[in-house]
Amino acid sequence: MTTVPALAIEDLRVEYPQADGGVLAAVDGVSLTIAPGEIHAVVGESGAGKTTVANALIGLIENPGRVAGGTMRIGGALLDPATGRGDGVQLGRDIGVIFQDPMTSLNPLFTIESQLTETMRFHLGLSQVEARARALELLKAVGIPEPERRLQSYPHQLSGGQRQRVVIAAALSCNPKLLVADEPTTALDVSIQAQILALIKDLARTRGLGVMLVTHNMGVVAETAHSVTVMLRGKAVEQGPVAQVLRDPQHSYTKALLAAVPRLDRKLTRFAVLTSEKSEAAHAARQAIAGKSPMERTPGDGPLLTVENLTVDYVTRGWLPGSKGRSMRAVDGVSFDIRAGEALGLVGESGCGKTTVASVIAGLVKPTSGRVLYAGETIVGEGAGRASRQASRQALQMIFQDPYASLNPRMRIGAILAEPVLFYRLAGSKAEAAEDAALLLEAVGLERQHAKRFPFAFSGGQRQRISIARALGARPRLLICDEPTSSLDVSVQAQILNLIKDLRDSTGLTLLLISHDLAVVRQMCDRVAVMQAGRIVEIEAGETLFETPRHPYTRELLSLVPRIDRIAIA
Amino acid sequence: MIRVLLARAAQMLMVMAAVTAVAFVIFRYVGDPVLIMSREDATPAEKAALSQALGLDQPVIVQFGRFVGRVLTGDLGNSFRNQRPVSGLIAERLPATLELVIVATVLALALGIPLGVYCALKPDSWLTRSIQTISLIGISTPTFVTGIVLILIFSVWLKWLPSFGRGDVVKLGWWTTGFLTASGLRSLVLPSVTLALFQVTLIMRLVRAEMIDVLSSDYIRYARARGLPAGYIHRKLALRNALMPVITVTGLQIGALIAFAIVTETVFQWPGMGLLFIQAVSFVDLPVMAAYLLFVGFMFVSINMAVDIIYALVDPRLRTRAA
Amino acid sequence: MTKGVITATRLGALRRAMPPAYVTMAGLVAGALLLAALFAPQIAPTNPLDLRSFNLADSEIPPFWVEGGDARFLLGTDNQGRDMLSAILYGARVSIMIGGGAVFLAAAIGVSLGLLAGYLGGRIDAVIMRIGDIILSFPTILLALLVAGLARAVTPEAANPRYVPFVLIGAIAIHEWVQYARTVRAATMVEGAREYVKAARVIGLPSARIMFRHILPNVMSPVLVIATINLAQAVLTEATLSFLGVGMPPTYPSLGTLIRIGNEFVFSGIWWIALFPALALVILVLAVNVIGDWLRDRFNPKLRSRG
Repeated sequence: MTTVPALAIEDLRVEYPQADGGVLAAVDGVSLTIAPGEIHAVVGESGAGKTTVANALIGLIENPGRVAGGTMRIGGALLDPATGRGDGVQLGRDIGVIFQDPMTSLNPLFTIESQLTETMRFHLGLSQVEARARALELLKAVGIPEPERRLQSYPHQLSGGQRQRVVIAAALSCNPKLLVADEPTTALDVSIQAQILALIKDLARTRGLGVMLVTHNMGVVAETAHSVTVMLRGKAVEQGPVAQVLRDPQHSYTKALLAAVPRLDRKLTRFAVLTSEKSEAAHAARQAIAGKSPMERTPGDGPLLTVENLTVDYVTRGWLPGSKGRSMRAVDGVSFDIRAGEALGLVGESGCGKTTVASVIAGLVKPTSGRVLYAGETIVGEGAGRASRQASRQALQMIFQDPYASLNPRMRIGAILAEPVLFYRLAGSKAEAAEDAALLLEAVGLERQHAKRFPFAFSGGQRQRISIARALGARPRLLICDEPTSSLDVSVQAQILNLIKDLRDSTGLTLLLISHDLAVVRQMCDRVAVMQAGRIVEIEAGETLFETPRHPYTRELLSLVPRIDRIAIA
Repeated sequence: MIRVLLARAAQMLMVMAAVTAVAFVIFRYVGDPVLIMSREDATPAEKAALSQALGLDQPVIVQFGRFVGRVLTGDLGNSFRNQRPVSGLIAERLPATLELVIVATVLALALGIPLGVYCALKPDSWLTRSIQTISLIGISTPTFVTGIVLILIFSVWLKWLPSFGRGDVVKLGWWTTGFLTASGLRSLVLPSVTLALFQVTLIMRLVRAEMIDVLSSDYIRYARARGLPAGYIHRKLALRNALMPVITVTGLQIGALIAFAIVTETVFQWPGMGLLFIQAVSFVDLPVMAAYLLFVGFMFVSINMAVDIIYALVDPRLRTRAA
Repeated sequence: MTKGVITATRLGALRRAMPPAYVTMAGLVAGALLLAALFAPQIAPTNPLDLRSFNLADSEIPPFWVEGGDARFLLGTDNQGRDMLSAILYGARVSIMIGGGAVFLAAAIGVSLGLLAGYLGGRIDAVIMRIGDIILSFPTILLALLVAGLARAVTPEAANPRYVPFVLIGAIAIHEWVQYARTVRAATMVEGAREYVKAARVIGLPSARIMFRHILPNVMSPVLVIATINLAQAVLTEATLSFLGVGMPPTYPSLGTLIRIGNEFVFSGIWWIALFPALALVILVLAVNVIGDWLRDRFNPKLRSRG
């Protein structure tokens, strides 16, 4: 018995003309089929062409790109890539679409009812009353509480998770054969991600819906999809059932990709990476930098850093000068300490206050109450002396999440790296500072001559290396890393995390790692603090916390993270 | 929504207070009222008496209080130039300016919005290119040049339309209108077109920019991905989003039109408040300047308030915040 | 491979950076007008500021191609016998000087206040921006009229041709600085929240260094765009003020003053006195606007034109 596949793509090619007259094939000869009820994941790193496949399917290839070859069939009917229509196929009716960001997918000026019913009125010819009744059913089906009331709501009155449910309801409204979901949970927290993925699985099973799930997250693939296509530079390098591809990858890229994914189930010494990391120059440079460190003030037996009862309120300002608006408590009585040489991880979902804690320690945000001590001296809060604050500034350096925003676009790399060196008088002359900058570049695995370039010439991973080099320039004792790899692809993430590990080995750096990614924290940290709604709910030695979590919130988080070792559909 | 409106009302009150303070300063300190109001050969004793009669020996804050009191009761003093009450002068000139501004606003919106939408939807058509070229010339041509050119063509060369004055007007109570007579309507054509042209280009460019912005937004992409017809997406969905900022700008532009009416009225000798003001400026007729400032300030504040209320009613993100 | 990609995008960027032909044209026109105005004393056939250089007997001569024209006066003469071409060259010089001065003053004030407001925030920010709000409630032309008019009421010296340019520069800049301040403040807040500024703060650099070394260069491109568009607006505002009789006096005319003089003769069919200065004004402003528009689309498609 053969069923007609929900989607059959054959030899798809999408081209973008380049400025130099050449052509870039964003998608190059990709074929895949999705049966009714099957969830097919398309994975790859940024630039692999996975989103372009989805866009070709829904007619959203932006000018000047074009579908240059291949066929796409929905339920057997051929689709015209120019119009998103075909013989008996209609975009929106036969193909439902979910985008990444639920906050911007819905039009802010129209009610949920209006946005749900318009699709049905156009494609199914329903009256407003019929469409409304069906919209109500759909909202129930996607699990939105109080659906009658929600029909009258506007998008801004719904949470991110609820909006994504509405978007799913709209996508399902005309009983499509195929659902195209482009990174549907990337903008959501793990708890909501788990719910939305469960909903998609449930809908695929009960409605016989074919789903094309575009994602970069291998854990999501493992727990959600039946089959998978791995893409690299526009080509499908490996295809097959999830269990087979994940457990026994054939292509070297798939193997490397899987090896680079941080594991939540056990701690490894290093991440496996494709490229060779052995570099004598880098090692020597690290030694040289460590040797030059003037910060040999050891705190004795006490902790290097102590955070005491930290509370931060954010107050919005009113319109008139001096008037105050509402206030919001971001951090609520947080205390912990970090010993010299230790790596502490601070994890939690977005908005839990972890970044605020890091900002207070780095001196970027003033706390409402509480204090921070460095080597026994107060540096933030009541009783903080100017001298100790200045000294600690040098000892506490920070690297940030967004590699594209963290380097001044108008300064050369050399000037960026020399700035802290000169500011702290770690070099006697400009020439000496330039030599130090070159050394710093080598220490993070870049080349000396990169100092002459501007930031735009570097990739995200390289920029993050430069950020690390800049932080090292001040010769810190404690490095605060705020989501250092969450905007990077997993293979690049593995390299950067290995670099941080190497730096700790050769310079004895103390590390405070802020992350939403439990697996990264497990791989990197000796001790872990879990934050929820501004408080630390559990703080424990890393392996103990991951093996035997005590707090229910920690247990919930651990159970919700999608893991590549938990393949749901064998 | 109430909070937002209250905050805006506070802002408007502050603007009004600032305007009143400036008007007071003009009245009291720019030029010496005693010198201006007394005879040339007045003795110091006479001057002192006048000063006392005017309350100029009181503390500044008291004087300001009295000034505000008088303004609130509509007493804006007498014009230096023709010794008539300023409030009367303004009331006499108000209808001419308002009729001109209203016609110009309607013209500007009726032309500006459709042109802007067209240019956003068909960015590559020859018509769009020509419209944009003309609009660039439009914002580069000052109102008075437009007026002079129109007069030269339609009044001097073709002799089709009158080039100055309001024509015959009809009295409706204290209001005089040019809408009801043929010569009144004919007289309106050139001044209102002159006044509107600059605004047409502004509104057109704004609508185009907003529309292009909205069309590239995620929710319009998403509407396309749901297979909705392009006409429906453009007319029903995108236009509504694009017109939101137009409300604000139209409000601001009505204010600007009142100001630019000064220029248009000068070119066409239109007997409105702008002409009154420009005459006051050249004769240093301070009470009229102060009164005009107060009046225009009040108009701007009212228009801004109206815009905020309309905005709050139209934008669900503001409207539902009351709940 | 990576290297090749970078070169390709650079080439593309370079190609995109090249302005289209009409912008180049506008640049040439603006440049030519600027030079002509700057060297007016060297180029102009006569000196229109020198009463001895013209003769009432030559008054109201039409341009040379019209019947009754005179080859000595290519664009004709005004009611006093002044050569229009010379008057326009000198007038453009005055207009550009005042417009440029107003833009410079407004930009200097606006950028400094915007940087302070955006980086320091708090009370300073609130006070600066509220003053800006109030000023922006009024159109440029009204505020400028008021300032120019009041200056005359305060001191008759303000009507002295030597000081009028400064009064006009002040009268225009008092409104225009707000636009710079708002843009720079918004950009400073965006840049200030970006991580390279945070990194500079974590290093411990002083605020002044962060503001001027790190933030200022990154907020300057919108300022240049605004300044270009603003130059066109300032020239127009000056022309309007002069046209209304509160700007440059007839003895020291700008383009606006020339049009004001010509306006009285339009009804008698003597069109060239008003039309040629108007044409010069429109061409100058148009050329600058074309450049400004292109720069805006090029640097920052989100930056909107404002009335």
